[in-house]
Amino acid sequence: MKKFFACFLLLVSAMTALCACKGGTKDPEDELKGGAVVIGITQDLDSLDPHKAVAAGTREVLYNIFEGLVKPDKDGKLVPAVAESYEISADGKTYTFVLRDGVKFHNGETVTADDVVYSLNRCAGRLENPDPEVQVVAAFSVISDITASKNGDKDVVTVTLASPNTELIGYFTCNIVPKNYADQAKSPVGTGPFKFVSYKPMDSLVMERFEDYHGEKAHLAKVTFSISESADAAFLKLQAGNIDIFPYLTVDQAEQLKDQFNIEVGSMSLVQGLFLNNARKPFDDIRVRQAVNYAVDKAEVLQMLNGGYGTAIGSGVYSTFGLYYDGGLANLYAHDEAKAKELLAAAGYADGFTFTVKVPSNYTYHVQTAEVLANQLKKVGITMKIELIEWASWLSDVYKGHDCDATIIGLDSQLAPSDILKYYVGGSTKNFINYTSDEFDRIYKEAQATVDTNAKVELYHQLQACLANDAASVFLQSPSLMVAVNKKLAGYTFYPVYVQDMASVYFKD
Amino acid sequence: MKWIRKGAAVLIAVLALSFVTFLAFQVLPGDPAMMKLGTNATPEALEALREEMGLNDPMIVRYGRWLGGVLKGDFGESLHYKMPVSELLWQVLPNTLLLAGMSILMILVIAFPLGLLYARFPGSAVDRTGAVVNQTMMAVPAFFLGLVISVVLGLWLKVFMPGAFVSYDEGLGACLAYLIFPALAIAIPKAAMTVRFLRSALLTERSKDYVRTARSKGLTEGKVLMLHMLPNALPGVRTFIGVIVSEIIAGSIVVEQVFGVNGLGRLLVRSISNRDYNVVQAIVLYIGIVVLLVNSSAETE
Repeated sequence: MKKFFACFLLLVSAMTALCACKGGTKDPEDELKGGAVVIGITQDLDSLDPHKAVAAGTREVLYNIFEGLVKPDKDGKLVPAVAESYEISADGKTYTFVLRDGVKFHNGETVTADDVVYSLNRCAGRLENPDPEVQVVAAFSVISDITASKNGDKDVVTVTLASPNTELIGYFTCNIVPKNYADQAKSPVGTGPFKFVSYKPMDSLVMERFEDYHGEKAHLAKVTFSISESADAAFLKLQAGNIDIFPYLTVDQAEQLKDQFNIEVGSMSLVQGLFLNNARKPFDDIRVRQAVNYAVDKAEVLQMLNGGYGTAIGSGVYSTFGLYYDGGLANLYAHDEAKAKELLAAAGYADGFTFTVKVPSNYTYHVQTAEVLANQLKKVGITMKIELIEWASWLSDVYKGHDCDATIIGLDSQLAPSDILKYYVGGSTKNFINYTSDEFDRIYKEAQATVDTNAKVELYHQLQACLANDAASVFLQSPSLMVAVNKKLAGYTFYPVYVQDMASVYFKD
Repeated sequence: MKWIRKGAAVLIAVLALSFVTFLAFQVLPGDPAMMKLGTNATPEALEALREEMGLNDPMIVRYGRWLGGVLKGDFGESLHYKMPVSELLWQVLPNTLLLAGMSILMILVIAFPLGLLYARFPGSAVDRTGAVVNQTMMAVPAFFLGLVISVVLGLWLKVFMPGAFVSYDEGLGACLAYLIFPALAIAIPKAAMTVRFLRSALLTERSKDYVRTARSKGLTEGKVLMLHMLPNALPGVRTFIGVIVSEIIAGSIVVEQVFGVNGLGRLLVRSISNRDYNVVQAIVLYIGIVVLLVNSSAETE
């Protein structure tokens, strides 16, 4: 028996010794060169090839490695990146990009007009043998020709469209990649302020500062995106000081962390809504959809989910969309239970009804929203059953199959107003709520082709009014984004698109 | 002859298992092409990708193709990560094996001294207190214990950093140091079961004739316990531990999630939600083989 105890003691002491030699995660040398930062994310990357990446959670990471001809700045304006300048012809049919001199890829090669033409063709699905995994930009289908030419000593790329579209510029954020580089998905090469170092599935992606970057160089020497299985796991890492930046805090978590971290509040740049299947009973009746809208108390949703932050919206465009956002619609259906009941009675549902909302279980935020809404709807006699489904099922059943009574999701967008409203176009496969309105379809077409900005803004406001007046769904809010940032760091910047820009972050001394 | 029969039984069981897993994915909604292309997928792109992934063939054809590859040692390519499944497995399997090894070691080191101690003084205060503690520990699920360990040892006492897992290939020492805590979470409930089993196995021996003979020869109670009762109780204990070992190797899935250990369990869960059939198949096959082998070798002859 003594032997057993001896063994036990030995093991215990060995464990203690191992504990003592636990390695730190930060290299002091990195600190000197600008510092190393670990940022927590909760989604694994779906591809390192920027043209194949689908998830917003992947694009927010790759934003640091890749650039397009233009890229969004923090105000949602498009600024030249790989291009030095661009021009859109008055008829909206020709886009001319003058390339910046001497932009380098991370592999040391200079970006050529050939690379740009290749990248655009790849995104547009115009290559001879298209890779089926590449996400073809549907809006690029109007492109009839992409050519490279010389203007003096400058490289110029000209894109010609078959029909006028002045909004296409928002899609030229399409990332520029080296021509015919086959290893993009394993070892990505771009032109961004950070270059790729390593990636381990389900674990981390490491990038370091690109010293030959054409613009203002990044401050940090090294950035690690650390992948956690869930927000709870990431929260533990935060508390233990293993993560410097974490972008998706819940209100409770933010409250708990506020002494240890700076909590920055911005906008998620999403349209979060309770989307109703317009083709299915009882939501095929506009009165029922309006009743649901009246029954929902958006102020309470903001209070419960964001601690009062966030912006209530009334239609299909989020609040950080600049000019195109019509804030006047948010109060079209001000919370009014009596009116909701009246409308329900008029539609023949005086005793209320029951429906099922399908919510992707991996998005805790949407699940919590569902719980709040279920409570609110109950007060006017509507029973909303919550069915949690996997993301894979959401994609195949709800999004592709249009098979649900209702769903709760957040819609993100490129910096083109036609992109965030594409979900409501009649006959589109993306129209997962089966909204039908000839008026909407007509204005949508007209808006895309309109050249004059003021006229365009007016048309997009009309589109939002269509959706709101038809009560196409319950457009809830642009959720707030609460980010925990290490108190030693500064420069964290919010964007009106879904990105985590690490180039602006630096250590205060 | 017996080994041949056992081997054949294992083989048939593994085949059946892999077929059932394949079937399971037929009834699950969602498909890997859809997961890959997401919300921007056009029907044409989906079709092209499904064709490329080989998802359009009848199920039996795909199963045959997969089985043929496996027999040649080729598990195919991960549909999601676009790398060979074997490469993906090698990144995480050693972490899981280290965790399993450490848990088993802990179980043995905790269970044997305690089991022997309780059996030496049955009915004593030590034994009675031990029984209560034991009963409690057996009832605690490993994942809950994992959370308690993370919060108490990690956040309050700062003995380790929850989530700061280091993979084996980045530093074996740091990896082992971290794995102590998930291993504890796995080991404690299982050790409690083993203690109880060992104690009762020893006590059953206690009333047997050979024990009386040994005592009458003048051996001390300790010697009787170690030299006579223990060897006789061992075969049963061995079977019991065999079951526990296979449970651990197959089932550290939840604990891996709690502690953020980049292991097989985490890969399995991820791959199921990605509908990454090839990876899931390979992992299920591995777990199946391990469980069957351990169990059949632990069976008392």
